[in-house]
Amino acid sequence: MKVFIDPPNSLILFDLVERFGNEPLSTMAALQERVDNLEIDMPPMNVTLDDVVKGLKYAGIEVPSGVRGRLSIWGPMIEAADAAIVVEDAPFEFGCVGCERSELMVKYLIKRSGKPALKLKYPEDEDEGKVFVQKVKEFLEGLQ
Amino acid sequence: MIKIAQLSCGTEYSSVQYEIEKAARSVGAKVVYPDVSAADVELAVERFGFRPRSAQLKLMIARAVQLADGNYDADAVFITTCFRCAEAALVRNEVRRFIQENTNLPVVTYSFTERLKASQLLTRMEALVTIVTRKELLARERQSGLTVGLDSGSSTTKAVVMLNNKIIGKSWTPSHNVVESATQVLNEALAQAGYEYKDIEAIGTTGYGRFTLGQHFSDKCKLVQEELTVNSKGAVWLADRQRGEATIIDIGGMDNKAITVRDGIPDNFTMGGVCAGASGRFLEMTSKRLKIDVTELGALADKGNWRNAKMNSYCSVFGIQDLVTTLGDGKSFEDVAAAACHSVAEQVYEQQLQEIDVRHPIIQVGGTSLISGLVTQVGEVLGEKPIVPENSQFIGAVGGALLSSGFL
Repeated sequence: MKVFIDPPNSLILFDLVERFGNEPLSTMAALQERVDNLEIDMPPMNVTLDDVVKGLKYAGIEVPSGVRGRLSIWGPMIEAADAAIVVEDAPFEFGCVGCERSELMVKYLIKRSGKPALKLKYPEDEDEGKVFVQKVKEFLEGLQ
Repeated sequence: MIKIAQLSCGTEYSSVQYEIEKAARSVGAKVVYPDVSAADVELAVERFGFRPRSAQLKLMIARAVQLADGNYDADAVFITTCFRCAEAALVRNEVRRFIQENTNLPVVTYSFTERLKASQLLTRMEALVTIVTRKELLARERQSGLTVGLDSGSSTTKAVVMLNNKIIGKSWTPSHNVVESATQVLNEALAQAGYEYKDIEAIGTTGYGRFTLGQHFSDKCKLVQEELTVNSKGAVWLADRQRGEATIIDIGGMDNKAITVRDGIPDNFTMGGVCAGASGRFLEMTSKRLKIDVTELGALADKGNWRNAKMNSYCSVFGIQDLVTTLGDGKSFEDVAAAACHSVAEQVYEQQLQEIDVRHPIIQVGGTSLISGLVTQVGEVLGEKPIVPENSQFIGAVGGALLSSGFL
């Protein structure tokens, strides 16, 4: 199953989803694709101008370019995903989209898609961490 | 009285609330605000799924939910937020989508600055009221009798004479004096049709000069109506798409319109502001610089490749600077013409088509739809070649003739 992770660049979430036999949809893979496969001399740092324009599918011209550029990466992933895992109130070391507006929109797009989504609070100690992993495991097993 | 529900953020702190209410009053409508209890707000936001930081945007969402649930009675919806607020722009569009998915109310969205004047909203408010009050008239699919449509646009004035669902006379001229231009094209169209003024059973006027023409031809004029609804009817009649869904794109001389219709009745529309860079005016300026007639620009553009001469018409002044620089670099006229068309198509896409959900097919109309290069570029930007019906430049006049026959 394809599982969108939020924060989309969380290495821990990526690992958990993959470890339990699913395909995580993450920022890393999308950016790697752009760096490796665009046939240009200088690969983009993250996105190209075309990506920012494509982001108009998710947010209008008045929305700042950085939001649209981000949504051009995550919007198609949310569309392609079978499910999503969302971790709320996580510290930025866990993963971070770097933009509050984009984050609000990502959460909204997941909700609007109607796809199964697991919402988790970021664990504060080891016990909560174990419960966190257990919930991810159960959610992913339930998708099969 | 027609009730227009206002879902907004920032209007009362931008000194524009009075102007909004004035625009509504001038078309016989009243602005209303769906009642929401404090306890409803959080529940509504949770259900909606987008949790903005701004409390007033939360209230806007809660009001939308009240309308969707049928807890508040309104006839149309006006969604407006401050220009350049990212959070509001996100919420505005999603609230618009939510209203359309959950109600049958016509909707218009708008982002304002503190300079907003009632006159800028007039056409939009009038269109909302027309859709509500003239549903039966707008459902009309066939023209009957001998009627005339007069479209007094910012660039050109058009007249069409119709007899029992057929166009039998048509004419256009560049707009100068509103009454003189209209009289000229009316006489030419009547001569072509073989009829005289006294034979006309009804006239419908639209466009910027509609009120002046309505008064001047008051003995025959049965309909004076804004161009959003009139053009929609003309477009679906000309393209023979009276049933089902469609998107109508009209890139005009001064502003652009994008309208979605269901069974020929508009349910959402955007009307671009006065921005020459994204309108037909930019193509006129380009033609002038290339020393060709604007009617030749399309064919020239179709021979070129826009990628060879990048141009940005975001602002017409900078667009023309780009054009001069590009020509100075020795780019071909064909590539420059293609780049100008592409630039306008891109601006329309980026600035307007985000405010509506594009439905298929796409019908491109208005005088600029005769510029084949522009139609090609609109098709390239949207990924689907638009339909350009015969007589596409006469949509407003055809719509006027068609709708005015409903009064016979």
